[in-house]
Amino acid sequence: MAFFDKLRPLAEARQHLADLGVDTIHVVMDEILSATEAVINGRRSILVGTNNYLGLTFDPACIEASCRAAREEGTGTTGSRMANGTLTGHVALEKELAAFYDQKEAIVFSTGFVANLGMLSSLRGRGDVILLDADCHASIYDGCRLSGADFVRFRHNDADHMDERLRRLGDRAANTLIVVEGIYSMFGDQAALKEIVAVKNKYGAFLMVDEAHSLGVLGAHGRGCAEEAGVENEVDFIVGTFSKSLAAIGGFCVSNHPELELIRYASRPYIFTASSSPSAIASTREALKIIQHRPELRQQLWENANQLYWGLQELGYALGPEPSPVISVRLKEAGKAFSCWRELLKEGVYTNLVLPPATPDGGSLLRCSVSAAHTSEQISRIIAAFATISR
Amino acid sequence: MKNSYDDILAKLYGILHEMLEEVPELDENTDLLMDLGLDSLAVMRLVEAVEDEFDLAIPLNILADVKTIKDFSQQLQKMIEGK
Repeated sequence: MAFFDKLRPLAEARQHLADLGVDTIHVVMDEILSATEAVINGRRSILVGTNNYLGLTFDPACIEASCRAAREEGTGTTGSRMANGTLTGHVALEKELAAFYDQKEAIVFSTGFVANLGMLSSLRGRGDVILLDADCHASIYDGCRLSGADFVRFRHNDADHMDERLRRLGDRAANTLIVVEGIYSMFGDQAALKEIVAVKNKYGAFLMVDEAHSLGVLGAHGRGCAEEAGVENEVDFIVGTFSKSLAAIGGFCVSNHPELELIRYASRPYIFTASSSPSAIASTREALKIIQHRPELRQQLWENANQLYWGLQELGYALGPEPSPVISVRLKEAGKAFSCWRELLKEGVYTNLVLPPATPDGGSLLRCSVSAAHTSEQISRIIAAFATISR
Repeated sequence: MKNSYDDILAKLYGILHEMLEEVPELDENTDLLMDLGLDSLAVMRLVEAVEDEFDLAIPLNILADVKTIKDFSQQLQKMIEGK
C-alpha cells in the first residue's frame, strides 16, 4: 500500500464533485459587506449559512473592544492557558460566563471543538461509559474517542431508546455521562431535555449539554435549551462556543461541580493549545453583555426563522421537524443538491451544502442558518431564490 | 438464555439476511464493509438490531477492531460473557 492510498477515496470523491463543477470547500468570501452580505465570485450575495445568529460580527461595541484589546495586549497570547496565555480578559470572561449561567465554575477553551475534546477526554476514561445522541457533532464523537471510554449512541432525541441503553448497562449506568446538544446543527431541532433529564435522574447518570447552536437563541435570558426547558439545575455540564451567537471564536464549559477546576490540570486540549487572542476574548465579553441586555435580537431572530421556515414549507420543500434558526432543505440525491446549491449561489444566496456521510440520514442538505440581522426583505429574497431553482 | 459462539454466529447471519436485500453466501470471514458493502448508516442499523437481539448496549469503539463477521461475533461473545 502506497503512502497516500488512504486519501485515494477522497481524491476520487473530490474529482467527482469537480466534474460536476462543484467546489464547496474553496468558496471564498471576496469581501464581507455586513453580517448578512458578502461578495462571492464577484456577486453580491445574502449569507444564510454562517451561524451568525444574533448578527453581532459587525457590532460596533464588539469591534471597538476587539481593536482596543489588540492595541493594548497584542494580536495573540502566543501561549497556553497553563503558561503565559491567561490574561485578565480570560479570567474576567470565565467569571462573567459563570455569572451568566449562575454556575459556580467556568473554563474558557480556545474553540468550541477543543472544549468538547478537552471536557470529554478528561471527564471519562477507560472502563467508563459515555452515552451520546446519534446526531451529536464530530467534536463530541472525537472527544469520546480521545477519552478511551466505551461510547454508546442512542437514537436521535429518543429518550426511550436512551433509557433502554442505560438499563442494559446495569451497574455502569450510574456513572455514565450522557451527551446531547441543545439545538442540533443539521436539522435545527431542539433536544427533548425534559424527557432526557427524567431518564438521567432515574439512573443517577450525569448530563452534558452542548449549547453551541442554542446559546443566545433559546431561553428567556438566552442561556439556551436547558433554560428553555427549565432544567438548568439538572444539567451537570454546559459546553458552548463563541463562534456563533457570540460572533468570535473560542469555547467554554460551566458547571456547579467544583471538580471542573481540576479539568485545567487534566485536559491536554486545554494545556497544549495557545489560548484565545485578546481581541476574541474582548469582543466575546461585549457580545455576552449584548445577549443579556438586548433580548429583542432573539425575538427578531425567531421572527426571521419563522418567516423562512414557513416560506420554504409553502414552496413544498422537505424541512426539519420544527421552525428554528437552523433550517435545512432536505434533498435525497447529492447530485440534485449540488445543482440547487450552485443555482442558489448564482441567484446571490449562500447556503451550506451538506453531503453524506456528514448528514445524519444519508440524504443531502441545503442548510440555512438565519440571523437577527437579516431584514424581512432579505428573507423574502432567499425564499424567492428557492422558488426559482429547479429541484 | 446462554449464547454459544455458534448461536451468536447463527443469529448474526439471520439479522444480516433480514437487513439486506441481496445477501451473498455468508461465512465467518465475510468482510462487513468489503463483501457486504455496508455504509456507516447500515452499520448503525446492524448494531441496533444486534443490541436488541442480545439485550446489549454496544460501544462504538469496539467496532474499530471489527472487520469480519467472526470479529463481530467474538466481540459479542466477550460482551455477553461479561454481563
